[in-house]
Amino acid sequence: MSDSQTAAVPDGVPSDARSDAHGEAYNPALLHHFATEEQQRDSASLGMWIFLATEVMFFGGLFCAYLIYRGWYFGDFGAASKSIDATLGASNTAVLICSSLTVVLAIWAAQTARRTLMIGMLILTMLFGLTFLGIKGIEYKQKFEEHHVPGKSFSFDHVPIPGHPDQFANPDHAQIFFSLYFIMTGLHALHMIIGLGLFAWLLWMAWKGRFTPEYHTPLEIGGLYWHFVDIVWIYLFPLLYLIDRHP
Amino acid sequence: MSDHSTSKSSPLTTYFAVWAALLVGTFITYKAAFLDLGVFNAAVALTIATTKALLVVLFFMHLKGAPEKLLKLVVISTIFFLFILLALSMADYGTRLRS
Repeated sequence: MSDSQTAAVPDGVPSDARSDAHGEAYNPALLHHFATEEQQRDSASLGMWIFLATEVMFFGGLFCAYLIYRGWYFGDFGAASKSIDATLGASNTAVLICSSLTVVLAIWAAQTARRTLMIGMLILTMLFGLTFLGIKGIEYKQKFEEHHVPGKSFSFDHVPIPGHPDQFANPDHAQIFFSLYFIMTGLHALHMIIGLGLFAWLLWMAWKGRFTPEYHTPLEIGGLYWHFVDIVWIYLFPLLYLIDRHP
Repeated sequence: MSDHSTSKSSPLTTYFAVWAALLVGTFITYKAAFLDLGVFNAAVALTIATTKALLVVLFFMHLKGAPEKLLKLVVISTIFFLFILLALSMADYGTRLRS
């Protein structure tokens, strides 16, 4: 069906009748302003990629601030970074990578009409997401107990700079690191929480049987968001946790 | 996407291979951070991170083989503008005299 024919259909005609007039099967998944399902899917996907472009710039500003201060106060940043549990950070990276795998498997299950697998993978994705937030919570609790949360009770006294055991890190500069750490990981965690909300909705839709091999665009769009959040973490992990670890 | 009807097992192989590569990359990043590589510590970490990000974008987000060329334009412009943001800021702050 070409564009001109679709555009020529007068408004107000019920979609069934409209489809019949052109001898085409009625397709409830195709919105009337799209010519084909493929065009509809590509439009949704393009919109999501443009949104992700704005997200990249959003996080980009924080990465830029981080890079400038890291260049200025490298030793203090190294000392502050060393106080974070890198094993927890690495585990969280692995958890997110596994969640990205379950997302693509859920989409594959939708494409191949495997409803149980799709629902299972969506539940697993959410469990991985919750695990990530749980580990993050443990990490934040440690920082809170060590008085590494920026503010009045912040203290980072007599912490040696890596590679310079005779020098102590400047607490003011370390506080800048922890401010960036909490803003960047906090913003990332907020994205995870929004992602969990999205996936709860996707799970509900999948449960109701709304996704078919022909139509599962929400799943693909939600997946793009989830993978983007994963990519942000892929950069946050080495930049925040592994600045100057070697003995 | 459109080729799911023709090949049923090959996307799964790709997905699991990418997943394994991402886990290995994480492990190498973690281990390499504890070695003294001098200025190359950051370079190694960022190279592995970028490789991992590329794997996710190309295979999990299906940019490879995407039918829409506009998508690639969006991704390239995103990287371009991020590069402008970072490079020009660094050129400014990196060349300032600080007391």
